[in-house]
Amino acid sequence: MKPATGPRDAGTERLLILDPQAGAIRHALVGDLPGLLRAGDLLVVNDAATLPASLAGTAPGGARVEVRLAGENPDGTWRAVLFGAGDWRTPTEHRPAPPPLAPGDRIDFAPDLSARVEHVATLHTRLVELRFDRDGAALWTALYRHGRPVQYSYLTAPLELWSVQTPYAARPWAVEAPSAGRPLRFALLSALARRGVRIATLTHAAGLSSTGDVALDAALPLPERFEIPAATVDAIRTTRAAGGRIVAVGTTVVRALEGSAALHHGAVVPGAGVTDLVVRKGFRPRVVDGLFTGMHEPTASHFELLHAFAPDELLDRAYAEAEEHAYLGHEFGDASLLLAGAVS
Amino acid sequence: MELHRAGAVVTGGGRGLGAAVAERLARAGARVVLVARNRAELDLVAARIRSEGGDAHVLVADVGDKRAVYPIAGAAEALAGPIDLVVHAASDLGHVPLRLLLDTDCEELEHVLAVNVLGPFRLTKALAGSMVLRGRGTVVNVTSDASVAAYPRWGAYGVSKAALDHLGRIWGAELAGTGVRFVTVDPGEMDTKMHADAMPEADRSTLPSPDVAADRIVAMIRAIESVPDGARLEASSWTPPASTGATAEGKETRS
Repeated sequence: MKPATGPRDAGTERLLILDPQAGAIRHALVGDLPGLLRAGDLLVVNDAATLPASLAGTAPGGARVEVRLAGENPDGTWRAVLFGAGDWRTPTEHRPAPPPLAPGDRIDFAPDLSARVEHVATLHTRLVELRFDRDGAALWTALYRHGRPVQYSYLTAPLELWSVQTPYAARPWAVEAPSAGRPLRFALLSALARRGVRIATLTHAAGLSSTGDVALDAALPLPERFEIPAATVDAIRTTRAAGGRIVAVGTTVVRALEGSAALHHGAVVPGAGVTDLVVRKGFRPRVVDGLFTGMHEPTASHFELLHAFAPDELLDRAYAEAEEHAYLGHEFGDASLLLAGAVS
Repeated sequence: MELHRAGAVVTGGGRGLGAAVAERLARAGARVVLVARNRAELDLVAARIRSEGGDAHVLVADVGDKRAVYPIAGAAEALAGPIDLVVHAASDLGHVPLRLLLDTDCEELEHVLAVNVLGPFRLTKALAGSMVLRGRGTVVNVTSDASVAAYPRWGAYGVSKAALDHLGRIWGAELAGTGVRFVTVDPGEMDTKMHADAMPEADRSTLPSPDVAADRIVAMIRAIESVPDGARLEASSWTPPASTGATAEGKETRS
């Protein structure tokens, strides 16, 4: 599938509908979403804003490195993946390796920002825990001053910070955009509300989707933190009680809701948590009935997750159909809806 | 709205009305993010708030700078989010001494509009979307009687505030019923640096402290459910609704 090579006007995205119940596929536009859902359905979105998580720095000895933050830990350290010299313009799998770093090593990003390596993962030497030299407003000011959005080589120009936000972004917990929600402009959200579709939020710290290293990529997604408001738990309960369906916007919402349920004997509970749940083939969703998401490549970890919502045969057919009809992939690409009963 | 534990952003929080509002919000238990260009002034206000046991964070930024807006929103959300209250108190007069329109540089008008209209628009856009989905939030624009009266030499500022007033009305109309409320407040004449810059000949001893308007504005925020969506109100003539808890507090703080 061809990637969308940069930000597009929201509202023009195509929508490939997969109905696992009917075994059917249909073409539509994202703007058709209100007609595809029913009054009483609940759409759950991830309201995490995307922080500029790529930092160019200098390692001990003077080697240039790129640090991609993967998420903040409860103790104030940050999980990060190291890359060698270069930037997003080089495909991650062709990037030179970073110099091996050890606990105590300092990475300098700017006169007002540096970090020390606290821990190097046993999984991979490129996966580290960092502690910055400042915290609070000084840290966040410096991160926003020196960080750039994480992006990949299929894009043609550096991304602006506003291009990686959803229309309803709040706390900057995500290191890559929870991009499934990007087409959900307020005109569309209003149309959904008029249809009787309810909308609820959660915050999930969407992590890195790719590192270019086979061993590291196999470990993705790493554990991610999330927070589910009480109002959303209530909305899920009342929706299900009334026979409505829970439709997740993006794979991160699936991970948060199913992750919460996995931690609490099948029930989504309000509050914060960290999930290491990996949703893949054979996983039986306990909370989420359907998924509105981007167009994912069969090799991506996001695609793995789709197997929990549709049989292989339907996914293969949908992928071929998307290729044939020139759907665009990745974060600025087209969308898909996996929902029983959506093709009638 | 409930201010205890609410995340609040106050632009122009380094002095004058912005600082006075921020201190009151912090006293009511809000977690306040102060935004302005001058770090020394912001640090003083934050230190006063913290010395009273309040929660304050300082972001040095220019709200008139397009590239500063998402960093402000993101850092504020990280430090005190979810942000449920924004007070746009930052404002620029343009050239002082104030000039006639025929003497006003076009770039000067552009700059005043960038700070007084585009800045509040951009920052509101960055923060209000999530408020709508949460079903709660308050946005306060600070305006001036110069938005209504055609005072000679107040052209750039007056035009920007008239635009801000109308922006508030349209925000209010579009988001009516979502739980996100907009109000535009004319604080009246106050003894501030801005007033002295604009009218250096005025006798400062005759002007009320910004504390008086700040008390009213905070009472208004507490009673925001009773304020018509997007309304433009004068702080001096507004009275809290009799039937809400805000009444007593409003009177108390003014006594």
